[in-house]
Amino acid sequence: MKAPVSWIKEYVDLPADLTTEALTDRLTALGLKLEAIEAAGAGIQGPLVIGRVLTQEKEPQKNGKVINWCTVDVGDANGTGEPQGIVCGAHNFGPGDKVVVILPGGVLPGNFQIAARKTYGHVSAGMICSAAELGLPDDGAHGIVVVPTDGPEPGTDAREFLGFGEEVIEFEINPDRAYALSLRGIAREAALGFEAPYRDPALRETPAANDDGYPVVIDDAIGCPVFVARSVSGFDPATPTPEWMARRLEQAGMRPISLAVDVTNYVMLETGRPIHGYDRDTLRGPLRVRRAAEGERMTTLDGTERTLSALDLVVTDDSGVIGLGGVMGGATTEMSATTTNVLIEAAHWDAVSMFRTGKRHKISSEAGKRNERGVDPTICEAAADRVVELLVELGGATAEPGVTVVGVPPQPEPIEIGTDLPARISGMPIPAETTIAHLEAVGCAVTVAGDRATATPPPWRPDITQPYDLVEEVVRIVGYDQVPSVLPRRATGRGLTRSQRLRRRVGRTLAGAGLVEVISFPFVGESTWEALGLPADDPRRNTVGLANPLSAEAPAYTTTVLPGLLEAAGRNLGRGAPGVALFETQTVATPSEAGAAPIYGVDRRPTDAELEALLAAIPKQWTELGVVLAGEHERAGWWGPARPAGWQDALAVVDRLTTELGVEITVESAAVMPWHPGRCAKVTAGETVLGFAGELHPNVCRNYGLPERSAAVVLDLDALIGLTPAVTPGPTFSTMPLAKEDVALVVDQAVTVASVEAALREGAGELLESIRLFDVYVSEQLGKDKKSLAFALRFRAPDRTLTAEETAAARDAAVARAAERTGAVQRA
Amino acid sequence: MSGPNTDYDPVEVTPLKAEEVDAARDAALAAIAAAQDLEELKQVRIDHVGDRSALALANREIGALPPAARKEAGQRIGQARAAVNKALAERQAVLEAEHEARILVEEAVDVTLPTDRCPTGGRHPLTTGAELIADIFVAMGWEVAEGPVIEAEWLNFDALNLGPDHPARTMQDTFWTEPAENHLVLRTHTSPVQARTMLTRGVTEDAPIYVVCPGRVFRTDEYDATHSPMFHQVEGLAIDEGITMAHLKGTLDHFASQMFGEGITTRFRPSYFPFTEPSAEVDLVCFVCRGIDSEDCRTCRGEGWIEWGGCGIVNPRVLRACGVDADRFSGFAFGMGIDRTLMFRHGLEDLRTLFEGDVRFTTAFGSEI
Repeated sequence: MKAPVSWIKEYVDLPADLTTEALTDRLTALGLKLEAIEAAGAGIQGPLVIGRVLTQEKEPQKNGKVINWCTVDVGDANGTGEPQGIVCGAHNFGPGDKVVVILPGGVLPGNFQIAARKTYGHVSAGMICSAAELGLPDDGAHGIVVVPTDGPEPGTDAREFLGFGEEVIEFEINPDRAYALSLRGIAREAALGFEAPYRDPALRETPAANDDGYPVVIDDAIGCPVFVARSVSGFDPATPTPEWMARRLEQAGMRPISLAVDVTNYVMLETGRPIHGYDRDTLRGPLRVRRAAEGERMTTLDGTERTLSALDLVVTDDSGVIGLGGVMGGATTEMSATTTNVLIEAAHWDAVSMFRTGKRHKISSEAGKRNERGVDPTICEAAADRVVELLVELGGATAEPGVTVVGVPPQPEPIEIGTDLPARISGMPIPAETTIAHLEAVGCAVTVAGDRATATPPPWRPDITQPYDLVEEVVRIVGYDQVPSVLPRRATGRGLTRSQRLRRRVGRTLAGAGLVEVISFPFVGESTWEALGLPADDPRRNTVGLANPLSAEAPAYTTTVLPGLLEAAGRNLGRGAPGVALFETQTVATPSEAGAAPIYGVDRRPTDAELEALLAAIPKQWTELGVVLAGEHERAGWWGPARPAGWQDALAVVDRLTTELGVEITVESAAVMPWHPGRCAKVTAGETVLGFAGELHPNVCRNYGLPERSAAVVLDLDALIGLTPAVTPGPTFSTMPLAKEDVALVVDQAVTVASVEAALREGAGELLESIRLFDVYVSEQLGKDKKSLAFALRFRAPDRTLTAEETAAARDAAVARAAERTGAVQRA
Repeated sequence: MSGPNTDYDPVEVTPLKAEEVDAARDAALAAIAAAQDLEELKQVRIDHVGDRSALALANREIGALPPAARKEAGQRIGQARAAVNKALAERQAVLEAEHEARILVEEAVDVTLPTDRCPTGGRHPLTTGAELIADIFVAMGWEVAEGPVIEAEWLNFDALNLGPDHPARTMQDTFWTEPAENHLVLRTHTSPVQARTMLTRGVTEDAPIYVVCPGRVFRTDEYDATHSPMFHQVEGLAIDEGITMAHLKGTLDHFASQMFGEGITTRFRPSYFPFTEPSAEVDLVCFVCRGIDSEDCRTCRGEGWIEWGGCGIVNPRVLRACGVDADRFSGFAFGMGIDRTLMFRHGLEDLRTLFEGDVRFTTAFGSEI
């Protein structure tokens, strides 16, 4: 909402020395937040005067341009009274026109210094100004400002004519303060803030209702409690809108259209009450307010044909629907350039209905904005009367004696409040008298009984409906800046939960392993699953869809962390990174089978059973951890060549993480997209499948612009955290001497290291401290289908130094078990 | 290897002749002093104290001397050999030290060689930022509450006094899941966690609620330098007996000073949120210019204050829908954007850098913020 300061001051006598900053500071503190102060003409200095063009010679130039060599009468403003010679490039004016001239020594916005200078073969002494050069909104002509012939005389300072020096305050109005979408409301707040005298522009003597007015019938008194209709005749549609009114409309952000329309808008800005004007000669029979029939059609005055809902409120005459009540008028009865007889409608509409209709038809209008937030229902007569007054005064119209008033304004409900409530809620010592005084100051009618008060809100405050609303009114006047700063002392929390601590630990572990965390959007679509190569029946394709996605390409919430992570990896490589190691934790979801989530009332807590039903309808969501490794995993350098990331690095991440968390895992070969079918491991802990790790399928690498052999991990982080032991048992270990035995075992290629290792471990018995594969060897000598696995076995007893015989016996037992289980043969 | 003493040919020394013994000793001492490295000293040792050295041979002859001469000869030879051995040991120590020092010199490397074989990791500032905030509140005895991102419409809106026709619902452009009749949304704020906490935990005199809820939220905003369809908020909720706006102010002042430095406080401006009444906007004293000579301050754009978030006293309607006795308990709630907080705390120009996954961005922050 934009409000010129001079307009505000029409209704409130503010202290004479009050600056606009002080005014806006106070209003901001009261809840009307300052958005900006606009001051037209800011940045203009020096002689800015009205001039009359005496001569204008068009002079074509070599560069193809045509310039105007003008002489301009600027009165005595140039000190000589002689015509001023000025070169001008614009052509939307001619000899005899009045223009705005800045003379040498002046400055235009942007510190544009004006001096007499030589150009196009003339000395140009000043400049004929365009709207843009003066910092004014462009009227669309992109040209010189041409002053009406009845404008000020040449030599007069142009500032007053241009409205300069007038400050316009733009407020951000909260939805509960609809009354401040008017000068009436803003001035009221200013009066409140400075305890200044206030004149309510909606408080006026209005003619009593009579039976001579235009006939109006309300069928739906809930939707339209009050309808006031007034008429004028003999209006001159050719009368231009006076300069002062057009300027105020522009300052308030509205475009002047025609006098009749401008008057209705002006009164809306003044009082907050939207007004609709009909061309009375187009109306057929009585007006009627009702709900539309489902599917009924009409064309609104913006030229859009609309199909109506049975919930829309409409105004009809004998010709059918002629307006979407309170939201937008119809095209057939609109005021036009030939309208001479005007019917003025000032009606009160149900706010919820206005909101729904506006939303349904996607209409956002100044009238709708006010009607859906709540307008004072008691000022319909005053607003209509003000419109009549202005049409008579400015447009030569005659007021018709008929005054139609149908319905009665809804009454605000009284609210009971403990007079100490503002003090108890604000934490400030606010005495009961202050509470009562401030409630009265905002317009409440207050009666007091002991320590309780009953406050009836004023009609312009439909937002005040409960005691806490009254508290806000009292506290904002006392001042939010007076609220003391006191720490509550009763919080006795138990710290972070275990899973919160473990999630931090996971992040630190991965960062410590050289991985960089990313955060991606969780939106996916069919193309995502194609890029990942997921089979048609893959459960990950079963997503929670979005009814209104931002992009048709990604209309669903993801079931896996990978897509965003893969895109981020591709983006890094595309930007020149030689390699990336990324991780992300993402909430993923699968649809709920429980159907729609219930909507309960809010006048009580849902029962436990209701709450359970509600929570059951929410899709299952859990946290997935993803890792993508692509390109150089270790960089090239003076130490040697780069080492690209591969499947083993993915498994190393899994290993590092599960070791950190103390979760024992097993890995086995698996074939799951988007991984390489021969290079993917399923990671299991006990019965729980935690996820998969390994090399990505070559197609997937290609689809995401990643080098072949890029690797990825996906783990169910919630499951992993759930398996993390609460308390790690302290280890015991021997300090006796270590006995080392290395064995090399030849096995078939198909035999896994894990199976050989398990057999060795089992056979070696309790003396075995650790076992580690340190070499894999293949050769023609061994045979094509064979490999040699070299293990380092380390033995130690808890209580003694092992003898060579004991160690050898354990080693032999280990080898024997490996031979038995896996067909391993010890190499000589 | 050749040295000055390799051709040493020991002259025969007669143990009884003092001058010969002294000459052999002096020759040995001279050779020791002349040895330039451990290799040369080793040869000196062989030549002058070895089995075939003059002094060794002379020593061996002592036994053959007449008994009367033995003592004197023995003493003379013994003293000579002791002097030589001492000099040898001393020279050995000196040469060894020199040798070690030389090796260390020779082993010098160029310490400016790069060592970045394994790139550094890092945690996302939104993660560590949320942790920092959580820690500030946990230190005050608060707890960290969480909730799902796909949320029931009733919890996201109705329970928070945002009825179906509340104009505020248009302020939050909501992602609805399909079909929309299922009444599920991507949560538009972290406030449903408030409702969940009250509903599932309840409030008693002995168990008040003090929780913060950092989390991810969604709105149908087009993606640009200052808007994102996904962003992060932190919500705070305190429900207890006698909670006032003063407690809210105290909590936010503490939060501000912990997050932005000592002396950074907040101010309240009246505002409107359906879930709070009275409601306030929270501004933060600009932590760069501190509100002094703000005109050229880029962080607060000359305002001296930075808009930080919203807050207020929990609307009794919310308490009622969530099963809290509004006559006995009151509460406050606040919420601010974590992304936006980080943007001005760290001078980020473009919100999108948070979600692009460029490692250069994240690694700049390390693993704590």
